[in-house]
Parts: sequence; structure tokens; C-alpha cells
Amino acid sequence: MFARAKARGSGGLSAQAKACGSFRIAILLVLTGMVLLAPTGSVAWATDDAVTAEQQIGVTGAAPPGGLLEPILFYAVAMTTVIAALGVCIAKNIVRMAVWLFIALGSVAMLYFLLAADFLGAIQLIVYVGGTLILLIFGVMLTSKSPWVRFEPPKLELIGAAVVCGALLVALCVVLYSAVWPETEGVVPGVSVADLGRRLLTTYLVPFEVAGVLLMIVMVGAAHLARQEK
Amino acid sequence: MTQFSVPWLPRPERGNYGFPAKAVVAAIVLLVVAAVFYWVTNTFLGGRPVAMLLLVAAPILVAIMAAAAAFAVSTWRAWGPILFKTAPFLLIGAVIASCVCVWAANALFEWAREDLVAAAANDPGATTWFNGPLTLDEIVSASPALLPAWISPLIWPLQFPLFRDVVSMTTLIIFFTIVPVFVIWWERKVAGRIQSRLGPMRVGGWHGWAQSPADGIKLVLKEDLVPKEADRILFRLAPYFAIIPAAAAYMALPFGVTYVFRDLDIALVFILALLGIGVVAVIVAGWASNNKWSIYGAMREACQMVSYEIPMGMALLVPVLCVGSLSLREIGEAQAEGWFSWLAFSNPFAFIAFVSYFIASLASCKRAPFDLPEAESELVAGFLTEYSGFRWALFFFAEYAAMFVICGLAVILFLGGWHSPLPASWGAAWGDGILARGLKGVLFSGPIWFVLKGTFFLYVQLWLRWTLPRIRIDQVLYACIQVLLPLTMILVLGSTLWVWAGMSESGAWTVFDRIVTWVLGVVGMIFALGLPAIAAYGFYHRRRLVGSLVIDPLPGS
Amino acid sequence: MLTIGLTHYLLVAAVLFCSGIFTMMTKRNAIGILIGVELVLNSAGVNLVAFDRYLGPGRVDGQIMALFVIVLAAAEAALAVGICINLYKNLATVDVDTAATLRG
Repeated sequence: MFARAKARGSGGLSAQAKACGSFRIAILLVLTGMVLLAPTGSVAWATDDAVTAEQQIGVTGAAPPGGLLEPILFYAVAMTTVIAALGVCIAKNIVRMAVWLFIALGSVAMLYFLLAADFLGAIQLIVYVGGTLILLIFGVMLTSKSPWVRFEPPKLELIGAAVVCGALLVALCVVLYSAVWPETEGVVPGVSVADLGRRLLTTYLVPFEVAGVLLMIVMVGAAHLARQEK
Repeated sequence: MTQFSVPWLPRPERGNYGFPAKAVVAAIVLLVVAAVFYWVTNTFLGGRPVAMLLLVAAPILVAIMAAAAAFAVSTWRAWGPILFKTAPFLLIGAVIASCVCVWAANALFEWAREDLVAAAANDPGATTWFNGPLTLDEIVSASPALLPAWISPLIWPLQFPLFRDVVSMTTLIIFFTIVPVFVIWWERKVAGRIQSRLGPMRVGGWHGWAQSPADGIKLVLKEDLVPKEADRILFRLAPYFAIIPAAAAYMALPFGVTYVFRDLDIALVFILALLGIGVVAVIVAGWASNNKWSIYGAMREACQMVSYEIPMGMALLVPVLCVGSLSLREIGEAQAEGWFSWLAFSNPFAFIAFVSYFIASLASCKRAPFDLPEAESELVAGFLTEYSGFRWALFFFAEYAAMFVICGLAVILFLGGWHSPLPASWGAAWGDGILARGLKGVLFSGPIWFVLKGTFFLYVQLWLRWTLPRIRIDQVLYACIQVLLPLTMILVLGSTLWVWAGMSESGAWTVFDRIVTWVLGVVGMIFALGLPAIAAYGFYHRRRLVGSLVIDPLPGS
Repeated sequence: MLTIGLTHYLLVAAVLFCSGIFTMMTKRNAIGILIGVELVLNSAGVNLVAFDRYLGPGRVDGQIMALFVIVLAAAEAALAVGICINLYKNLATVDVDTAATLRG
């Protein structure tokens, strides 16, 4: 009895040590990843003068394109995205699905950072992860009777869906690889937020306003739908 | 200073300051053995490398380790008592020393950037900054004559961005670790003072300064529990969801013009996004615990966070409007001209926006009076109910780290960032010497001001937590949706009009704007001077307050 | 393999799209279907931003489209969650197959 308790205690300790280690590794990995992923940010400790000096020399980004860094980051992020997307498909529990979706949305934000769309990545994190996902989890919590509620589709349907989606994926890949894209050369500079804002309020003013009106309508509609029945 | 017992360290024995004899004997024996083996391997085995490594190098290594251990133990015996007595001062000294080191490193980096790049640009033969490393000779030729040549290998790594990243990342991780440790101790002290008691006094010696490290060690040693009915994977994953965004938020937070890890164009949005992700951790933790109290806490957190992010973001739009940038560095630099250039005093809307941002930020990092997700009087501990040990500690690390980020945002966006109340232009005449730079860093603008101001607002958060009662969840949501949200909408509209009026550059408006700024600045100054005055009054009369409680007879006695 | 081009991003988006479609086809839970829709919308966003980066450098049209996608997805999710909650109130379940009371 005593020996068992002792063994369990030591197991707990080693698990703790493992938790410490993995925590540090996770922090380091994430920090490194985020650092490398911020393509338009200037190098650390940069001053105004330094930035101009940098521009004179002709380098605009921290991670030079064409190096080994970009492919490594891309493959890591892409793997995470794909695994999370498949996790959403496979997960049976609805909350697990939501957590997989959280990972997928986060890594899509990382893809945006990699594509030099910093603002879009941040907006993806705020609106999707901080807003839409919370809303979904809220819906899950308000509408499920037990934490482990499942709705199992028949097996035949699963196989059918898998076949259809697999065929779709194959078709998309064939199209992708047979398509000829116009070549672009050289370093593509990231777009600044100011450009984005200016374009949004000039060329895209009408869609912008329409989206505002739509959001207003949706707000009223959602409040009406979810109101308390008196 | 009378107590200096740290329970988790062996108490040093008095009078035994000698070198540990056994370890020394062991080391000597091992060295003798190594010599014998050396002779044996050389004579009989022909000096094979593997045998040499195993039979000779290994005993020597062990001997060195034993000697090192003996040295450490003897040092501990001799210096332990002194260390315990002087630990607080050592700690303060270490903090100051690390600040000096960071400052020196920064000065070196600046020098390396400006002068070396200039030298490389003048010399067409030399390789440039990013296209390839400078050689040692080039550094020697580029550096001023005062520097001795042997320093050039030390300067050489400074030219690599990777090296700077490593240095600044290490600094940030250390800061990220120290802030919660310090604030948790401080919070207990503040709580004690507000409740007329002392708070932690024993651990470590001076005012229980070692309470937080001791708690940390206790938490790591606790049993790692996962409830049987919990969703095991999500339960284990949730603390990481909490701490990673909080740590990553430090990446874009500038501590000074040059003291920023990555100076993003969209730093403000980025930090807001990362702080917003933290809510997922709470929800997942509450759900995975499979406990009623946890799920209540998680639902409350979801409501609260989703609703308070809106007024928070809208209040932050006001300084963004005034400066016209989302980059925290630019917003901070726009407030360089002393107290009256700080954005909180630029117009009345910004002044109110600062207050409403502070209220909303309290709610968004779950501080009292909005700490409903972990309301211990109703929900046991809310979403933290089932957590213990290290995972629990991770949630607290994330919370306190996020608190500093929130305060830092308030400081950068409204209260001058890293600038002191004195205008930075006063120091323009002093030139750019290394001494003048240091003096300017202390007097006008430097990370020390940023950390000081941030710490002050941390104190305000602690103060509010131990002063105000917790409000109900319906009151929380009422305060957000029906009070703060319309208020911040009016603020955004008003400050837009204010900035628009300022763009016309008419003389009358400029005078009016200046008068309003002065009035607001004076009001702010009264607040800023009044708080230390009240604190000093309380400190002066602290005996009276505590004494009256202790001496007064209890009713019925 | 080592230069990341447009095709790489489009491939990731294709996988996201197909898994979104699969989720929509197989899940019975209304909110599960919503999650599938979110995946599909995200794949569209990745496509738009990738096209913006590689085919129209210096222009921001793709990013603005992706921005609108995000906004519309948020609006759609808000309404759909409202509908799910109403469904749950009326039928005490969010299984989409049972919500067939209007069928003749």
C-alpha cells in the first residue's frame, strides 16, 4: 500500500516535471514562431535612424525571402492547419470540434502573417477566435443536455461523404497543379494598414457601408431571435 | 530582519565554515585512480581513445564535479547566513544591475548599428550590415581609437539580428516570469495593509519577500490532479491556451522607443487580439473540468469578455484617432513633450476614455470588482475549482502577466508611454554622448518610466480589488451594454469631431484647445499628486491605525 | 519544394475546404454544421489573401475581400447561433434531422 502510494507520488512528480519542461518548450516555440512570423516588423532594438539605414541598404523584412526560414515556417503552420481541419472532421464531441476549430483558426491567422497580411491576421484573431468561436461555444453550452452528447450519422453516409470529399480534394489538386499562374518576381512588400484603410474608405466605401448596415440588421435580428419568451 | 528561515533550503550550520573534507578526499582519490588508469591504458592498451575517455577522462570529470560541489557547499556554509540577511538588497541590486546591463547592451547595439553601418557604407570593400558579417578587422578599423582591439570579438556577434533577438527574448521571458512573482507578493502585502494586518512576514526575511518563490515551489511539488470525469486532454491543454497568448503579447509591447522586441505596424490590434484569445482558455478549462462551478465560471467569463472587449476597443480608438497610427511606438513618441502633451489630457473625451478603458480592462482581465469567473464566495473558485499545482499556477501567471500588459497599454496610449513628465526636448542641447544618453534615459524617456507607470497602475488594480465589493453578473452586463458602450461611442464620435476641428487650424480653436489641455492637465496633476500625498499621510499614521485596532478592547471582553 | 508559392497556400485552403464540406455533410448537430461553414469560409479567406500576395502585389483588394469574409462570417455565426438556440427551445434538441416539422 505504502509502496504504491509512493510510486504514485513520484509519478505525479515526474508528470509535473514534464509539464514544466513542455511548458517552457511550448513558450519558446511559440515565441520563436511569432517572432519569425512577423514579417513587416523591423528588427528588434531598431531606431528611426536605423530603420532608414536599413531601407537605404535595401532590406525591408526581418526574414529574407528565399531563405530556409519561410519554407520551414510554412510547412509547420500548414501541417497544424491541416491536422486541425481533419480533427474537426473526425472529432465526435462537439466541444472537441470547437477546440480543433480554435487551433485551425489560429493557424490560419499564422498563414495570414506569413502572407504579410498582418492586419488581417490580427483581425482574424480578434473577430474569429475572440468573437465567433466564443459565440459557437456559447451555443454549444446552451444547447447540449450532457457534456458528452453525440449525434452519430449512419456509417454508409460517412463513407459516402468521405468519398465525395476525397474526390473533391483530388479534383481541386488536379486543377491547382494544371493551372498556370502569371509569374511574379522579386520581393513583394507587405501592405501597410494605412493603404488598407484608405482603400476601404474610397474604392470600397459602398460595400463597407453595406457591411455596416448588415451588421446592424444582424445585431437586431440575433437579439430578436434569442429573446426571452414572455 | 530577525527571521531568515527559508523552509526549503537547509539551514546553514553555525561555526562549520571548513571545506567539506569527504568531497576533497573523494576528488583526490579519483584523481589518483585516473592517474593509475592512465598508466595502465598507456602501457597495456596502447592508449586507445575510447578507453582513455572511459577510464581516465571520466574519473577526472567526476573529481572536478566533486570539487565543485565541495566548493559550493563550503561557500554556502560561509556565505549562507550573510546571504539571507542581505537577500533583499542583493535582489534590488540584481534588478538595478540587470537594468544597467540592458541599458549598456542597448547602447552597444545602437552604436553597433549606427557607427558600424556608417563605417561599412564608407568603405566599399567591406561587406554590409545584413548582406554578410563584418570581419574582426573591419570592426577594429571602424571602431573609435579608444576601444582596445581585444573587444572586437565581443562586438562581433552584435551585428547579427539573431543575437539581438536572443538577448531581447531572454530579457522578456525573465520579465514575464518576474512580474507575476513580484505582483503576487505585493498583492498580499497590499491586501494585508488594507485590512489592517501585515501580510506575509516570515518567509525569506524582510517582509516575507520569498513568499512567491516558496509558493511556486510548493505548487510544483503538489500532486497533479485530473478529475476522473474530466475531459483529460482539454483539461491539460487549457493552461497553455492561457499562458501562450499572455506571453506572446509582450512581443509587441514597447518598453521604450528602442526597447521593443518586434515593432509592428499594428501592435495595438495585435496585443488586443492576443489578450482576447485568453478567454478560450477559461472556457475550455471550465468545460473540461466537468464541474458545475467551473462551467458557471466559464459562462460568466464568456459573457463578460465578449461584451467588455467592445467598449475597451472603442476607448482605445480615441488615442488612435488623435495620433493617426496603430503602432504603439508612434503613439508613444507623439507624447514626448511632457505632461501636457500626454494624450489623456489632449481633449476631454480622451480623459474620459482613459477612465472607461481602465474599467473595461479590469473586466477583461478578470480583476475585481469583475472577478465573477472565479468568485470564491459563490462558485468555490469558478473555472479554477478543479485545478491544482502547476496548471493552476500557469493560469495565475497568465493573469498577472496580462495585467501588466493592460496597464502598459493604458500608459502608452494615454499617459505618455516611456516619457517622463518633463519635455524630452529639454535634453536636445546635451548632445549624443554616451553619458548624455544615459542621463536623458533617466530624466526624460526610458523604459524605467514605462515600468514605473505600469507598476503604479498595477497598484491601482490591486487597490481596487481589495476595496470594492464584487458586483453581480447582471450588473456587470448592465454596466457594459447600457453604460460603457454608449459612453465610449459618444467618446469616439466626440474625439473625431475634436480632431476634425483641430485640422482647420483656426486661431480661436487652437487657443481653446490649449486651455482645455491645461485644465485637464492640472486636474490630472492634482490626482497624481494627491494619491502619493494620501499614501504618505497613511504611512505616517500607520502605527495609529494598526494600534487602535490592536489596543481597543473587543466587545464583551 | 523550398520556395513557397501560390500553389502551396491554395493546397492548404483546398484541404480546409474539403474538411469543411465533410463536416457539414456528416454532423447532425446544428452547431457542428456551423463549424464546417466556418472552415469553408476560412479556406476562402486564405485563397483571397494568397492571390492578393502572389498575383497582385502592392494591391490590397484580396485582403479587403478577406476582411469582408470575416465580417460576414461573424454576422452569419451570430444569426445561426440565435437560430440554434430557438431550435433548442422549441424542439429540445439541435439535431437537424428532427427539425423537419415543416415537412409535409
